[in-house]
Amino acid sequence: MADLTTIVTTISASFLASTVEVVEAFTIVLAVGITQSWRPAFIGTGAALLLLAVLILIFGPLLTLIPLELLQFVVGVLLILFGMRWLRKAILRAAGVLALRDEAKAFDRERETLAKQAADSRADLIAGLAAFKAVLLEGVEVVFIVVAVGAGRGLTLYAALGAFAAFLLVMAIGLAVHRPLSRVPENGLKFVVGLMLTSFGIFWTGEGLGADWPGADFSLIAIFVVVSAVAWVLTTRYRNPPNTAELGVAK
Amino acid sequence: MKLLLGVFEEIYGLFVDDGALAVLSLLLVAAVAIAVKLVGLPAQWGGFGLAAGCLVILALSVHRGAKR
Repeated sequence: MADLTTIVTTISASFLASTVEVVEAFTIVLAVGITQSWRPAFIGTGAALLLLAVLILIFGPLLTLIPLELLQFVVGVLLILFGMRWLRKAILRAAGVLALRDEAKAFDRERETLAKQAADSRADLIAGLAAFKAVLLEGVEVVFIVVAVGAGRGLTLYAALGAFAAFLLVMAIGLAVHRPLSRVPENGLKFVVGLMLTSFGIFWTGEGLGADWPGADFSLIAIFVVVSAVAWVLTTRYRNPPNTAELGVAK
Repeated sequence: MKLLLGVFEEIYGLFVDDGALAVLSLLLVAAVAIAVKLVGLPAQWGGFGLAAGCLVILALSVHRGAKR
């Protein structure tokens, strides 16, 4: 039986990561709804959610057939790839090397694309497909996150609850404000999620190899602290490049 | 078909952005797995090695990204 720390960490990781994905999907669906009409936006969204549900019903039960150690190892390796990729981008964004993601800009870009196609006789279909694709792609990421953070300890249900809470929260705020959620601190969220997913990845892969981490599940927090410290050092290092003049003197 | 390709590209993109980061991470996992399962390195040491290796690979990737 998993302890409270693991359950809370699993729900938090799933909630935060899913929030980022749902906000991105919401931006596109909103752009479709406002620029074209709400009918294709809802049909595209509904069709994507239905397809996701079917995929989960087909592939979900297969996970229970995989031995736990193998599942932890495979999920851990995928999380290392997924988490480190996310963390790398977050560090480079925080350091100012890459541009920060801006939901308002993404919304304007999508509206511009849709407006160009408004005269097309298939405009509704194109708009619906845009909503379908956005929800499907971001949804696949949410499903992966739920499986990845939950399956290693049999906590998929808790992870799914975290994702569902994110969905409800974004929908509630989004429907209330009726514009892109550009005030959600998406880049900060991505940084934290990158840290969490990388930590989960190292932890699960180690468990999958048979490592008996000191402190059992608490070591996940220790790994998180170490990964955070390294990420902070890297962000600081590349945000403040060394003064070349000083280096010249040192030489 | 275009949509399907887009979905597969997106799924691939979930895990691979900086190719070197992905390849080095997989090589690290393979090396640690071999060391633990075949050479007899204690699994706990393997875990520590994996954590340290991931952080070094991350630092190298960030360094490359910042230099571009």
